Amino acid sequence: MQTDTKSKIDQVTSPAGTAATVLRFEGDISSSSKDAVIGTYQGLSKTTAKTILLDFTKVEYINSSGIALVIQLLMEAANSGQKILAFGLSAHFQKVFTMVGITKYAGLFPDQTAALATV
Amino acid sequence: MTTTAARTTTVEVRLPSRLGFEKVAMSTASAVAKLMGFRDERIEDLKTAIAEACINAIEHGNRLNEKLSVGVVLSAGTDALEIRVMDDGKGMKQQPTKPDIDKKMHGEEDPRGMGMFLIQALVDEAEWVVGSNGKGSYVRLVIRLDKEES
Repeated sequence: MQTDTKSKIDQVTSPAGTAATVLRFEGDISSSSKDAVIGTYQGLSKTTAKTILLDFTKVEYINSSGIALVIQLLMEAANSGQKILAFGLSAHFQKVFTMVGITKYAGLFPDQTAALATV
Repeated sequence: MTTTAARTTTVEVRLPSRLGFEKVAMSTASAVAKLMGFRDERIEDLKTAIAEACINAIEHGNRLNEKLSVGVVLSAGTDALEIRVMDDGKGMKQQPTKPDIDKKMHGEEDPRGMGMFLIQALVDEAEWVVGSNGKGSYVRLVIRLDKEES
């Protein structure tokens, strides 16, 4: 009965001309989201996808298992020299992400424009 | 919904032990908290805490056994809402620990296991009670109305 997580990939360019890959998630992020979160990330080229944005704008529900998947993604990205930024989280989930320490390894931004302005 | 003496109103929900059904408890708690006048930010805190409590009950307490159910009892008082999430497990004996993001990022700590920490951090009181005879354990959560809300 857990709602599936949908994911898609977009390529964007920052105002400074930096290429970035956006992983857009939709639905719930929970224990059943491994393929959508980790699988989608692992499908990216580690050579060309150096800046990755995580779009949570259409994510309605994240539980601690889902947060664990995000941490796993951050860990793999850090080991591959990739920079991660996240945007679109509600005020509540920005607070939760901050509480568990994710902000130490990924910047949180209100929207894509704000995130891209930093790269 | 029942109203007993001393201005306490009780709502009870019984969930199947299947992941995803914690959302029923979240919606119910949200509705009760809204009726009591809690502000939106606190209601979001409560929803996440209840989700984590129900997930623990479903996964660990009842071990995803769909023959068992998770009981959620919400007791709305004058200035506080108490929620009990009950399962048939032996209970959580360890206390919540703050997740260490550095250790998780270096593979030294399981990325999972943040549920109890979130529960305790998001509500005013959280108590894990081990049932007698190794069964019937529950977690008790309390959120209190701010002076501005009451």
